Amino acid sequence: MPILFPKPGRCRRTLITIGASVLIISVTLYLALPVAALFLRTTPELFISSVCDPRVISALWLSLFTSTISLGIVLLVGTPFAYVHSRNTYPGKMIVDTLVDLPLVLPPAVAGLALLVLYGRIGFIGKYLNMFGITLAFTTLAVIMAQIFVSSPFYLRQAKSLFEQLDPAYEQTARTLGASPIRIFWTIVLPLTVSGLVSGAVMTFARALGEFGATIMFAGNLPGVTQTMPLAIYSGMQGDFNIGITIAILLVIISFAIMIAVRILSQREIPHA
Amino acid sequence: MLEATVKKVLRDFTLDVKIRAGHGEIVVIMGENGAGKSTTLNLISGLVTPDTGSIRLNGTDVFDAGTGIEVPVEDRRIGYVFQNSAVFPHLTVYENIAFGLRAMHLNHETLSERVGHWVKKMDLVNISAIRAGNLSGGQRQRVALARALATSPALLMLDEPFAALDVQSIVSVKDAICRCVTELQIPCLAVTHRIADAHDVGDRICVLSRGKNVWEGKPSDIPSSGSNDIGKI
Repeated sequence: MPILFPKPGRCRRTLITIGASVLIISVTLYLALPVAALFLRTTPELFISSVCDPRVISALWLSLFTSTISLGIVLLVGTPFAYVHSRNTYPGKMIVDTLVDLPLVLPPAVAGLALLVLYGRIGFIGKYLNMFGITLAFTTLAVIMAQIFVSSPFYLRQAKSLFEQLDPAYEQTARTLGASPIRIFWTIVLPLTVSGLVSGAVMTFARALGEFGATIMFAGNLPGVTQTMPLAIYSGMQGDFNIGITIAILLVIISFAIMIAVRILSQREIPHA
Repeated sequence: MLEATVKKVLRDFTLDVKIRAGHGEIVVIMGENGAGKSTTLNLISGLVTPDTGSIRLNGTDVFDAGTGIEVPVEDRRIGYVFQNSAVFPHLTVYENIAFGLRAMHLNHETLSERVGHWVKKMDLVNISAIRAGNLSGGQRQRVALARALATSPALLMLDEPFAALDVQSIVSVKDAICRCVTELQIPCLAVTHRIADAHDVGDRICVLSRGKNVWEGKPSDIPSSGSNDIGKI
């Protein structure tokens, strides 16, 4: 009988080990080298002096402020939305699902343009708001709106999926025990899904922090008003390159911390029945 | 005392079931997969609304399609133990049992006294501070039973209470069910697949097939076929 899969010999095993090592090292280097290049492009002294630059502080503050507000709105509106959506069937549910996911595949510039066409000074809604003296485009509020538009799917998808996976018997049992829907949500649904929700929230915050395309289209690039960190990097490329590098390094550090946080949180699972 | 006549159009058939259970009586509902056993429990509990029919608990209408009465699930006072127990895994045994009592707004002393009573009764004293998600199948089932009974329900419903339990746990859970129903003198509906379980805990057996009552009698009246599968009888 022919041997289809001969036992690998020592030479063959060495080749497999070398092949696997080359693969892992090349992928790691491809991802790590550009990040390392950022750190190598500056010196600690230059980095510290650039961090204290008012343009960097202003962009950092604006990014953290707008991303936090965006996240807060996504959590406040998105959590009940995802829960109600996952627990009910209604006409057009599939379309709503698709619309929720749409910003994930939509180029951010398209999202920004769409927001501008709707809320801009001569936009469908913007022209009516303008009549009351309300201007949304090219304001800090526009930054928040753009961030919510592009980052909310990260949280909504996660929350929908967590609520859908939760065994309905928990909520049904709680109902038979006399608990109100609000108490069921706070004491049963939320604790059983919180670690997944937090990791979804962290990803949303990260996406909002890194948002560029939609923001520049809808909110512009006004220092202190709409110039977030990614936009400040863009401006730095045309002016003070060190400012761009410093902000880029700050974003790398924040992103790395976020990914570590997500990893830790996703490991903290509650034992299920 | 439970008197229920419920009708509901389902995807494959129309469920039309009549069921009665007296004080301290365990009525075992049997039938093949998809016969409508769990749906019957859901209809009686109020988790699913019947199309027509009536449900009376201790002489009070909790549902009557004719008069439009429909008491919400939360107010029906039904202790429902779901398949796989559905204990809240993030809460301790104590907190699981206290869950329903908190909705009754009892004072702290009364609440801990009642929880303590059920913790002792179900032999859960040594594990009362443990998260329910870390318990064995038998322990979870006893916690679920204690949680359902702690609120002094007017009716106890058990959906496959012995599924996925080891032999030793089945014996202790059966004993706990029989003891509690007799002591509290409440009607009890228990869904099971196994004739042996029906023999051990049932005072009466009600067999369903495609949503209809097809046989009713005492466990001793079940025709002996040497099979443990109700579908083969």
